[in-house]
Amino acid sequence: MTREAENTWRGVAAEDRDEISERVSVLLRTRSRRLLADLLRPHRRAIAVLTAVIVASNAAGLALPYLVKEGIDDGIPPMLRGQGAGTLLAIVGALLAGALTQAFTRQAFLQMSGRIGQDILLELRRRVFDHFQRLSLPFHEKYTSGRVISRLTSDVDAIAELLDSGFDGLVTAVLTLCGTAVMLLVLDVRLGLVALLPLPVLLLFTRWFRRQSSVTYRRTREAVALVIVHFVESMTGIRAVQAFRREQRNQEIFERLNADYRAANTRGMRLVAVFMPGVKLIGNVTVAAVLLYGGLLALHGTVTVGVLAAFLLYLRQFYEPMQEISQFYNALQSAGAALEKLSGVLEERPSVAEPRRPAPLPRAAGALRFEGVRFAYGDGPPVLPLLDLEIPAGQTVAVVGTTGAGKTTLAKLVARFHDPVAGRVLLDGVDLRDLDEDTLRRHVVMVTQENYLFSGTIADNVRFGRPGAPDAEIERAAEAIGAHTFVSALPGRFETQVGKRGGRMSAGQRQLVAFARAFLADPAVLILDEATSSLDVPSERLVQRALRTILADRTALIIAHRLSTVEIADRVLVMEHGRIVEDGPPGRLIAGAGRFARLHHAWLNSLTPP
Amino acid sequence: MDSPQEQAQEQAQARGPGARRSSWGSLWRLRSYLRPYARSLVVSWVAALFGIAAGTVIPLVGKEIIDGPVAHGDRGGLVPLGLLALGLGVAEAVLTFVRRWSQAGPVLGLETAIRDDLYRHLQRLPMSFHDRWQSGQLLSRATSDLSTIRRFLGFGVLFLIMNILQLTAVTVVLLRMYWPLGLLVAGSAVPVVVLSLRFERRYIVISRQVQDQQGDLATLVEESAVGIRTVKAFGRREHVFANFASAAREIRRTSLAKVRLASRFFTFLEVVPNVTLALVLLLGAIAVGAGALTLGTLVAFTTLVLQLVWPVASLGYILAMGQEAMTSADRVVEVLDTVPEISGGPAVIERPRGHVRFEGVEFRFPGAARPVLRDVWLEVRPGETVALVGATGSGKTTLTALVPRLLDVTAGRVTIDGCDVRDLSLASLRSVVATAFEEPTLFSMSVRENVTLGHGHASEEEIRQALEIAQATFAYDLPWGLDTRIGEQGMSLSGGQRQRLALARAVLGRPRVLVLDDTLSALDVETEALVEEALRRVLAEATGIVVAHRASTVLLADRVALLRDGTVTHVGRHGDLLSGVPEYRELLAQDADLDPEGSMR
Ligand SMILES: Nc1ncnc2c1ncn2[C@@H]1O[C@H](COP(=O)(O)OP(=O)(O)OP(=O)(O)O)[C@@H](O)[C@H]1O
Ligand SMILES: Nc1ncnc2c1ncn2[C@@H]1O[C@H](COP(=O)(O)OP(=O)(O)OP(=O)(O)O)[C@@H](O)[C@H]1O
Ligand SMILES: [Mg+2]
Ligand SMILES: [Mg+2]
Repeated sequence: MTREAENTWRGVAAEDRDEISERVSVLLRTRSRRLLADLLRPHRRAIAVLTAVIVASNAAGLALPYLVKEGIDDGIPPMLRGQGAGTLLAIVGALLAGALTQAFTRQAFLQMSGRIGQDILLELRRRVFDHFQRLSLPFHEKYTSGRVISRLTSDVDAIAELLDSGFDGLVTAVLTLCGTAVMLLVLDVRLGLVALLPLPVLLLFTRWFRRQSSVTYRRTREAVALVIVHFVESMTGIRAVQAFRREQRNQEIFERLNADYRAANTRGMRLVAVFMPGVKLIGNVTVAAVLLYGGLLALHGTVTVGVLAAFLLYLRQFYEPMQEISQFYNALQSAGAALEKLSGVLEERPSVAEPRRPAPLPRAAGALRFEGVRFAYGDGPPVLPLLDLEIPAGQTVAVVGTTGAGKTTLAKLVARFHDPVAGRVLLDGVDLRDLDEDTLRRHVVMVTQENYLFSGTIADNVRFGRPGAPDAEIERAAEAIGAHTFVSALPGRFETQVGKRGGRMSAGQRQLVAFARAFLADPAVLILDEATSSLDVPSERLVQRALRTILADRTALIIAHRLSTVEIADRVLVMEHGRIVEDGPPGRLIAGAGRFARLHHAWLNSLTPP
Repeated sequence: MDSPQEQAQEQAQARGPGARRSSWGSLWRLRSYLRPYARSLVVSWVAALFGIAAGTVIPLVGKEIIDGPVAHGDRGGLVPLGLLALGLGVAEAVLTFVRRWSQAGPVLGLETAIRDDLYRHLQRLPMSFHDRWQSGQLLSRATSDLSTIRRFLGFGVLFLIMNILQLTAVTVVLLRMYWPLGLLVAGSAVPVVVLSLRFERRYIVISRQVQDQQGDLATLVEESAVGIRTVKAFGRREHVFANFASAAREIRRTSLAKVRLASRFFTFLEVVPNVTLALVLLLGAIAVGAGALTLGTLVAFTTLVLQLVWPVASLGYILAMGQEAMTSADRVVEVLDTVPEISGGPAVIERPRGHVRFEGVEFRFPGAARPVLRDVWLEVRPGETVALVGATGSGKTTLTALVPRLLDVTAGRVTIDGCDVRDLSLASLRSVVATAFEEPTLFSMSVRENVTLGHGHASEEEIRQALEIAQATFAYDLPWGLDTRIGEQGMSLSGGQRQRLALARAVLGRPRVLVLDDTLSALDVETEALVEEALRRVLAEATGIVVAHRASTVLLADRVALLRDGTVTHVGRHGDLLSGVPEYRELLAQDADLDPEGSMR
């Protein structure tokens, strides 16, 4: 296979295509089957026990009608003859025992299979969630959160449905099917062959169904993902949706996506509407054929009436379970499409990969170095054409420049959200790519431009910086950066709910909480990307005062447009179009006649307007 | 919220008010969605009925063949009966096909229509609702709950009715055959009904719990996906995973409890008819002994009782399915029943001048002890621009949200051109007022769609002007120009680029009232100056409310209002306030008072 062909199905690449070649489809199927087998493997033993239990339960169930017949044939006549009701009572007792056995085994089965099913779901959820968390930002930027949600909700639900869908029926059905086939052949070879003749047709039919349904169910999964993506995004941005009267247009888009989903579902249901009765038709036609042929044979006396009667009974037993099996097959196909997506996600490798053999970094001092770094997002234009930079440990560096110059990008490389296209970024002489995730994150923490709060309390959010930190430390962190004042004024103080995405806090309050979080994390390298942009001047001043002490013994990269921040910096970098155009201590730059001097002058003017 | 108790309550509320209805009521209400499909529905039910009939008759034909033609050597009688069996077999398959085929329309139609309506309703519900409800809960209602309802209405109902029909029919036959034993069989329904009712009560509670937990899990997934940058920045993968895993384990625990409950009930339903069978055999034998019953009747009787086993046993599954559908319907109806607190009035402003007045405005967030805003009086005359200045968290954003009615005053009123905003239609009001929010709030659509969010028909020229005012012409240089998709929440742009797009969106279409909520915070000094320059021209023709933290932004305004302790304490010109009001000086002038050079190392 050529590389290109290979890439059409690896990972999540095949997600948004519904027409795929047979070859790729086989590969996808193998991949999902591997995942399924992998999930079932730990339960091998339990499944074997389960099968035994269900066989026992069904045996008990089948014995009941037989016992009734026995009771009538052998139990009642002696009683009528006055020979006592011993046999009858014994049979009634056996009947009760059979009923109880069946009940007991069945309950055991239901509970065991429920447990296995739930264990599998739990494992699947954990695996997929963990994997999503490991995947890198470039993946998430393309994939979007809506898809992540749809994989972990609606796809997992599809698999739950498979696990719920009468596993017990399947085992019995298969067993009955095989047993009956043998019985049929034993009873009469000719009739048996007639009865089994349609099997190849059935297989071809099933194959047709599999092909059709895998396309359809794939489309269904994709369609529901699109519905979810749109739903989530419009609920997230509901403020803008309402303020800009976007409701109508959104409704149109949603209804279109919803209609697509409906169309895919309709196709699925209709396929089943052909498949299930089709199986039934094959069975019924066979029954009629056997009746006719068998009747003829019986007329000629080549089979006995008894054999024919038995044959008809067994034939029903042969084709009835087919319904059950095809039902299960359908659930399997539908879950297969979901498994295909999930196995695709699990196959994705983080583009910002963890090193195989991580380099040790016992004590980080916080010296940073960029060596010949080039960077571009995906195959976009270069954002950082070529960057060489050295930041000694403990230095506080302010990064300024026009918007879109690449300041955040620079910071993201230090935090290893992305890897450079060429060159390397080093922390204390170690390439970031050689550090394992935990070490890196312990030493390098970034407060992003778009600070994000999780729903929960203020304390929860601050504690995110260092899980397990005691309340006192959380308060100390808040106090250090001046967030204490506003928190104390809240009725619930640190236990106040911040709402989803911190919606119950004002923009400035959110920034303060995010800041406290970073402070609590206590890293060697702290990156602040416009972390004070929404604060009022007095609050910002408080934060800066705090920063002076906080940053005394650590490396800091401070990105800011308000040049007041520069006051606390040892060094200023001015960025323009991804290059550093000026570099030096603030005092010297201001005194000069360069870009920063101009910027600073403009800023001073903006403070003391005419 | 004050006490932990209230917080718990609040959290519970975010999931929805709990199983308050728990009856067939909600599900029954959704039936109107089936109305357009009455015909398909009738077709599918009729097909189901005849299909079952055909299926039942086929074995009888087999018996007839053996007892008739074969037994009597009647070759002529064989072929018609054989053909009859064939015909019935084909008919059964065709009828099954018709049932399944015609079911797709109603069932999926119902699901789709409810989802559309749910979405429409959610878009109408105000910010206060969305603040309160977790998005995962809303999503799980729009997806998994609707599928549950679909599955039940598609298959469950039909089988429920068929089962009950079959049960009654057989019981009636039994009663007529030999009433004492018939009564016994009928009597066995009593424990079934009693237990079903008890089971129902408990099952409803637990299935509701599972559904709520699934909503919570969806919320966790969403937060971890949207907040992935924060998770990565702090290396908190394991922490987030632990949260998720414990929620997933919680679901497993409740689901297992549900399985246990159901399995007990299901087994019970199987035991009852089997025990009845044993009793019938025993008592029947006695009756036969006493000569009250013939052996043949007893045989027929027991055969019929055997036929009851499966319908009774499968009743359990169907009832469980029904109860899940009921709780799902509850959850959906809960949202559909929430009345939008903010809905438009009848009035329309024909030629808006943009005269905005806050008259004794008070605002209190639901459940909060103290109002955020109280007794706010402020007038912004047509064409005038007022800057709102106040400390972090003083209520500036809240105040601006009152104008386009993203929030509604709790006392007093806001008027535009003398008309209470609550009397205006939302469409009219919101076309008069445009806001650039402090968070850009972009969507993963093209730049063009983001900018023309409220003006689908804006011309190229208008878009260009808006982008120029916001200094956002960088958009033309993106790989596909204005058609470039900008990623979820605009994340493939820089912070300043996002903010400028949001600004362009607000100025597009030249709104009469323009609200700028600290929209220049992510811009560098030079770009900011350019934007201010352009905005000055826009604001000259519009009424402006500008939230500002910096002196430079304040200068866009003609007057400044100082927001303090939840109310406007001072209104005046920047210079006057600066010299006359110490609090104001503290907020804005401190920068300038310092000597930056002197404080630099
Ligand atoms: N995830 C991304 N995918 C593609 N392009 C991106 C992405 N993030 C940023 N860019 C582009 O890279 C360039 C530099 O962006 P960056 O965020 O580094 O700017 P910045 O200097 O931080 O600007 P600002 O001051 O506005 O935050 C911009 O042109 C931006 O459009
Ligand atoms: N949805 C909400 N529910 C409850 N309280 C809220 C909600 N939104 C905001 N608040 C509270 O109301 C107060 C005012 O918030 P608002 O966002 O109006 O402040 P702001 O003046 O815009 O501040 P900033 O300058 O930081 O943006 C804050 O104390 C905040 O905690
Ligand atoms: Mg940036
Ligand atoms: Mg605000």
